[in-house]
Amino acid sequence: MEKHHTDVIIVGAGPVGLFAVFELGLYDMKAHLVDILDKPGGQCAELYPEKPIYDIPAIPVCTGAELVARLMEQIKPFHPTFHLGQMAEKLEKTPEGKWQLTTDAGTVLEAPVVVIAAGGGSFMPKKPPLKNIEAFEGQSVFYAVRKRENFRGKNIVVAGGGDSALDWALNLQPLAGRITLLHRRDDFRAAPDSVGKMREMVAEKKMDLVIAQLLDVKGDGGQLSSLVVKPEGAEAYDVACDTLLAFYGLTMKLGPVANFGLNLHENLIPVNTADFESSEARIFAIGDINAYPGKLKLILSGFHEAALMAKKAFAYVYPDRKYRFQYTTSSSDLQNKLGLEKAA
Amino acid sequence: MKIIVTDMDGKSHELPAEEDWSVMEIIRDHGIPILAQCGGSCACATCHVYVDAAWQDKLPEANEEEIGMLDGAFDVQKNSRLACQIVFNSSLDGLTLTLAPGSV
Repeated sequence: MEKHHTDVIIVGAGPVGLFAVFELGLYDMKAHLVDILDKPGGQCAELYPEKPIYDIPAIPVCTGAELVARLMEQIKPFHPTFHLGQMAEKLEKTPEGKWQLTTDAGTVLEAPVVVIAAGGGSFMPKKPPLKNIEAFEGQSVFYAVRKRENFRGKNIVVAGGGDSALDWALNLQPLAGRITLLHRRDDFRAAPDSVGKMREMVAEKKMDLVIAQLLDVKGDGGQLSSLVVKPEGAEAYDVACDTLLAFYGLTMKLGPVANFGLNLHENLIPVNTADFESSEARIFAIGDINAYPGKLKLILSGFHEAALMAKKAFAYVYPDRKYRFQYTTSSSDLQNKLGLEKAA
Repeated sequence: MKIIVTDMDGKSHELPAEEDWSVMEIIRDHGIPILAQCGGSCACATCHVYVDAAWQDKLPEANEEEIGMLDGAFDVQKNSRLACQIVFNSSLDGLTLTLAPGSV
């Protein structure tokens, strides 16, 4: 078990969670961030890295990926610690009144303050909306590859038409018994190089390509025996297989945050607008995940919320220190923290 | 002007529609549950709808980005569209559609 002590635990490394590192850092608070994605940036990184954003103050236009890169540069002086690819799973109060957060990877973080900046929730794989699919999950239906070796000799159907589907179909081909790529149309949004390799393998009959949609899963006791697939304008038929790897992209679900013991309203965390603290003292909620009268789900709202949150968090982390409001323009103290030369 | 939306429970709703709003926005504005996670930027496929056959040809065709994004939807049919990509105007008065799997 890996355990860390810090000042503030931030759940969610999207733009708002990242900017919170900056606001906390100006007031000497160190932060650890947890995010289920394997990269910082949240929706900006996962949903629209290439799309333009026009409403970040003073940045007329930048893409989602650029915004994340700029924020990462801005918070660099504060050396945040990232725990990526991990889901914040359990939040408990310690006997000393601190918060202990445990991730699904077993990382344990302890801090006096927790900031939930989880946006629309955790990104989780989209599951095909089939009634009985749950019975197979974890045994013969998977949405990720944890151990490649587990797929040796299997008769695998990889469903999807993006990079994940193509990458894993190609990656598992050498060790699978048989591999079939299932996609609804004969056009792939994956890297052209991967698509080329896939086409070659299909031509050499090292891989099967089925252009159809998944209709149903069949099997017994959690073990898949076949999939029912339907090509456009044709009858459905069975494809025999023992393993399904489905890559239909990600969707956001609130996840374990729902069990953190906070008041929730329509899956959002109500906060007061003085400091964005939740119903539980020392737990704050900022960005898209919070709710208050007049809330607008904008990145810039989250930035503002981060600043006010940091002021209140300071009182918890440093109960004996007086909060001194300063400007980065004129404060040599803040400039030192940002790693700059002393102001003239 | 209006659109007619059948929700995932099969219940039909007649919604007053504003010109230049996307159909997703109209649905959301009336409190009908629709995920629309990316907020209308054609980046998630969680506003998947089936457009009534009578209306299919009256809509501008889906562009490549929308067609690609539908790869992340389920049970995609010929009349599948992303509601965030249909901009309402007076020629679509009475547009009839049904929420599709993955949209709620």
